[in-house]
Amino acid sequence: MAQTCQCSTNIQHLGVRRHGDVILHDVNLEIHHGEILALIGQNGAGKSTLLKALLGQIPYTGEVVFHDASGARIRSPRIGYVPQNLEFDRNTPVTVLDMLSANRARFPVWLGHKKEAAAAAKAALERVGGDAALLKKRLGMLSGGELQRVLLAFALEPLPDLLLLDEPVSAVDRPGIARFYDLVCHMRRVHEMPILLVSHDLSHVRRYATRAALLDHTVVVSGPVEEVMDTPAVRETFGLDAGKEESA
Amino acid sequence: MIEGLYRLIDTLLPFEWTEFAFMKNALLAILLITPLFGLVGTMIVNNKLSFFSDALGHSALTGIALGVLLGMDNYLVSMLGFALVFAVGICAVLRSRVSSADTIIGVFSSTGMALGIVLLSASGGFAKFSAYLIGDILTVQASELKWLLLLLVVVVLLWLFFFNRFLLASLNPDLAASKGIPTGVYQLAFMVVVAVLVTATIKWVGILLISSLLVLPAAGARNIARSMRGYHFWSIGIALVSGVAGLILSYYAGTAAGGTIVLVAAGIFFVTFLLGRRRA
Repeated sequence: MAQTCQCSTNIQHLGVRRHGDVILHDVNLEIHHGEILALIGQNGAGKSTLLKALLGQIPYTGEVVFHDASGARIRSPRIGYVPQNLEFDRNTPVTVLDMLSANRARFPVWLGHKKEAAAAAKAALERVGGDAALLKKRLGMLSGGELQRVLLAFALEPLPDLLLLDEPVSAVDRPGIARFYDLVCHMRRVHEMPILLVSHDLSHVRRYATRAALLDHTVVVSGPVEEVMDTPAVRETFGLDAGKEESA
Repeated sequence: MIEGLYRLIDTLLPFEWTEFAFMKNALLAILLITPLFGLVGTMIVNNKLSFFSDALGHSALTGIALGVLLGMDNYLVSMLGFALVFAVGICAVLRSRVSSADTIIGVFSSTGMALGIVLLSASGGFAKFSAYLIGDILTVQASELKWLLLLLVVVVLLWLFFFNRFLLASLNPDLAASKGIPTGVYQLAFMVVVAVLVTATIKWVGILLISSLLVLPAAGARNIARSMRGYHFWSIGIALVSGVAGLILSYYAGTAAGGTIVLVAAGIFFVTFLLGRRRA
């Protein structure tokens, strides 16, 4: 096909079963370089399961193939992952600097941080608009918006072959949401980064995504955002025809 | 080598309690064991695996029983063998996620203890091995110290090279997986380290106290630490101080060293708890 070089992540016939139940079956999806593909669907439709499969955290059938921007196949892709609500122990004495350094530096963080590592962590945080003062804070002390920003900085180092955003702004205030998405769109444009965005909020999807896919244990419909939004399947799933106007 | 260390102790600590060779050996053993416990303990607390270290201690009883049944001279081999089987078993059941971690580990823990008691009582006498329950640091032989040193060196090397990845895996497995860290392998490796550590020192620390000694220094450090470096500094420090102070106190009070050391560590824990609350 002509668009082979555009294709970053190719999901073919992916299926997941858990305790005998079919969570996902025959999922076929392509994520292209430089696009934001929105994954929409109801709770329990299998969105988070699909992300876990892409992360290699649960067994699945079928195949997932990754390509870089030049079309060459990547065996072990680097994936950036910004989870919805990071589940972690709020009392853990891990600082932002500890976390970012543990990701990038070799020097063991239990002995402290080398100057270069601290500078690199500062740069990574500032790139996503985070204040350098956050570095000394413990993860459990961060606000929702601050934590999302740290997670994004973490996800973008090293530059990932695929960026997964799972409801990334659910704990972020309104101005923070716009800043977060501006940044994500910037990464998409500058680095031609392929991005998979899981979101409940259709207004965010319309505004920031380039393509969309409706998931209900398999891909019901996918394509350009506006087209997908107007399909009967999406209108029915999100109750867009029921009385009110489309989502505000 | 060991004579030199003895002379050093005599010069630096010219006290009554250091006059005996067994006290010198115990002191040296504590200087090797406690930093080890402080270092590994931080990760046990991070991973919420304190029950796991407890279960491993209990499994040692079954390990000893197997050694008796197989007619071994050194129970270390059978204990270590069973502890590793135990660790791999817990790991496998944990990964299947059929039940919550504390339930799974609790089941393994009581099984290991009960099986050990049944097998030992069937083969003639549980009483003979009850010394393992409390342990006795004063029975450390000079020849055993080099093995403790080796253990310390190996763990420090592991912590130098793999700590960052361990940390991310303990923070959140999905996040670690996104960076290509095989979290399952790391979890298993960590459990094996704890299994070796517990088995190697159980004779001196005792089944009932081993997990307290692993967990208390790290738990105390966590109350006051504000970074990973502080966490480890305090954990190792608290472990060392409680080890040495507990040994000296036990000598003058005529109490069991293991229990006294744990009590000192518990005392320090409550102090840090209050300090941490005031700072928060």
